Amino acid sequence: MNEAPSAPLVRVRGLKMHFPVHAGLLRRHVGDIKAVDDISLDVNESETLGLVGESGCGKSTAGRAVLRLYDITDGSITIDGTDISNIDQDKLRHLRPKMQMIFQDPQASLNPRMTVAGIVGEPLVEHMSLSKNERLDRIYELMDAVGLARSFANRYPHEFSGGQRQRIGIARALALHPKFIVCDEPIAALDVSIQAQVVNLLEDLQERFGLTYLFISHDLSMVRHIADRVAVMYLGKIVELAPRDELYATPLHPYTQALLSAVPEPDPVRESQRKHIILTGDVPSPANAPVGCNFCTRCPKAEDICRQIDPEFREVAPGHFTACHFVTDTTRKTAGSTAGNEANT
Amino acid sequence: MTDIAPESLAEARPPQSQWRNVWDQFKTHRGAVWGMGFFIFVVLAVTLGPYLWTIDAQYIDIRARNQGPNLSHPLGTDQLGRDTLARVLQGGQVSMAVGITAMALSLILGALIGVVAGYFKRLDGVLMRLTDLFLALPLLPLLLVIIMLFRDTLRAAFGPETGIFMLIVFVIGITSWMQTARIVRGDVLALKEREFVIASRSIGTPARRMILRHILPNVLSPITVSATLGIANAIITESALSFLGLGFPSDFPTWGRLLFDSTDYLQQYPERVLWPGLAISLTVLSVNYIGDGLRDALDPRIRGR
Repeated sequence: MNEAPSAPLVRVRGLKMHFPVHAGLLRRHVGDIKAVDDISLDVNESETLGLVGESGCGKSTAGRAVLRLYDITDGSITIDGTDISNIDQDKLRHLRPKMQMIFQDPQASLNPRMTVAGIVGEPLVEHMSLSKNERLDRIYELMDAVGLARSFANRYPHEFSGGQRQRIGIARALALHPKFIVCDEPIAALDVSIQAQVVNLLEDLQERFGLTYLFISHDLSMVRHIADRVAVMYLGKIVELAPRDELYATPLHPYTQALLSAVPEPDPVRESQRKHIILTGDVPSPANAPVGCNFCTRCPKAEDICRQIDPEFREVAPGHFTACHFVTDTTRKTAGSTAGNEANT
Repeated sequence: MTDIAPESLAEARPPQSQWRNVWDQFKTHRGAVWGMGFFIFVVLAVTLGPYLWTIDAQYIDIRARNQGPNLSHPLGTDQLGRDTLARVLQGGQVSMAVGITAMALSLILGALIGVVAGYFKRLDGVLMRLTDLFLALPLLPLLLVIIMLFRDTLRAAFGPETGIFMLIVFVIGITSWMQTARIVRGDVLALKEREFVIASRSIGTPARRMILRHILPNVLSPITVSATLGIANAIITESALSFLGLGFPSDFPTWGRLLFDSTDYLQQYPERVLWPGLAISLTVLSVNYIGDGLRDALDPRIRGR
């Protein structure tokens, strides 16, 4: 993958995913759940973009919306040069092989009435015209790639452990040689020992097939391990996006700082000296987001401006974007007051 | 869920048909096997029986009337001297045919409407209101009206027996699909949000194959249950219609007809109610057992236990 990384593989601009709320006797439209509210990000070829945030902040919705599993409210999504934000599902079907998804709950994401061969073979049936034997060969190949014994092909999902099931899900996602895979918390439902196996498998596969991941997780240490760049979400918005090392070394947004300070430190001496930033209150409802900065209700640094004006998501250092009024562009090279919110690195 | 023990590196078998596993599991359900055996026996008896027991069910031998079981009439005779065994065998043909076809019709209708209503949000309101409408209709007056209106035209077109058969099957079918539709719709609504359906959508599976591959196999359990109850229901409804004089002609035997004819003689000859009654209840019971075994066999989570 040594082509000039001029155009990112996935380019998302101003993506909004609002779910309407109907209430009352006449089912009138009374508001929207703003699950994803105006996010922009790029994923470059062969990189892993980590998307972190707490429960309910819209990570999974964002991941699904990027693959157009929902009809998005607004914004544009371009994958591999094709704008998929508004094309209908029939045309989208032919583009599906390029983009696949790995799901959070390996128990729920496999049809309990299909065998492993049926599950892994489904994408092949849908998109390729293979003979029965060719398909079986490909299924075996995929099972080998994810480390499942071929003799498992006739078994049903309930006969497997969580880690094995997740491997089945990965094999299914790989079946059509995708370029881009959305991993929606693929390790959240697994034991810690299995998590490492699955993450290593994902990394191996990335190397072998040149895959690009959007890796959604709430596990900051795992994201630090796997991601090249990290985006932090809070209440439907991206508050900070930066290369991994920079984000973990110098988090700029108060929410990122609080999130990182919550990660435990293995060394007890250092742990006792660390100062935790403890956020008070709860996440506001996405149906009724605060005016101004979304984080102003819980931010330790919030001032009046935060409650009135929504901070712009801007580049404050090369490749480091954040949305906070108090972060100045003094860090290293000034990017000026960039009007656009381009995320090209 | 347990981890799977590493097995010997045996050659991977090519995927075998799921139906084989289903049959293997079905065989382990003793009740289902008995039920299946009995059901086949009944089907054979009512189809081949009249060729072996050659007394005509309509033949009136007035001198031999009201006999108890004896060698020439194993199940006795009725008040006109007609042989009960022959009547039970011939009546079974019609009752079984009505039961199975009416059940199939109501099942297809119910499953189709349930799946479509559950899967396509836009049609949900319309189809469910239609279901409510049918549930709210008083069935007996509706049946009376339908039969009054169409009996003679159908009789003229297809002959008295086929015409009335079609009418009864149709009437029972369209008045008994609602429960199935409701249950199936509820299940489909829940299934539609499951991750494996979303996964299949992310692959780009179109709606038709999504329903056939993911939705229908997972709603098979409620459908099999409705099917087994449906056969019983259809046989009994047909009996009720015959009793009201709206079904088959009065000299044409069906199990329901025999049962209701014999109730007049319940005090003098109680065994006469027994034969059609036994036939109905044992058939229904065997079908219920088959349904039970089938439901277990179709669920891979129960299979092999």
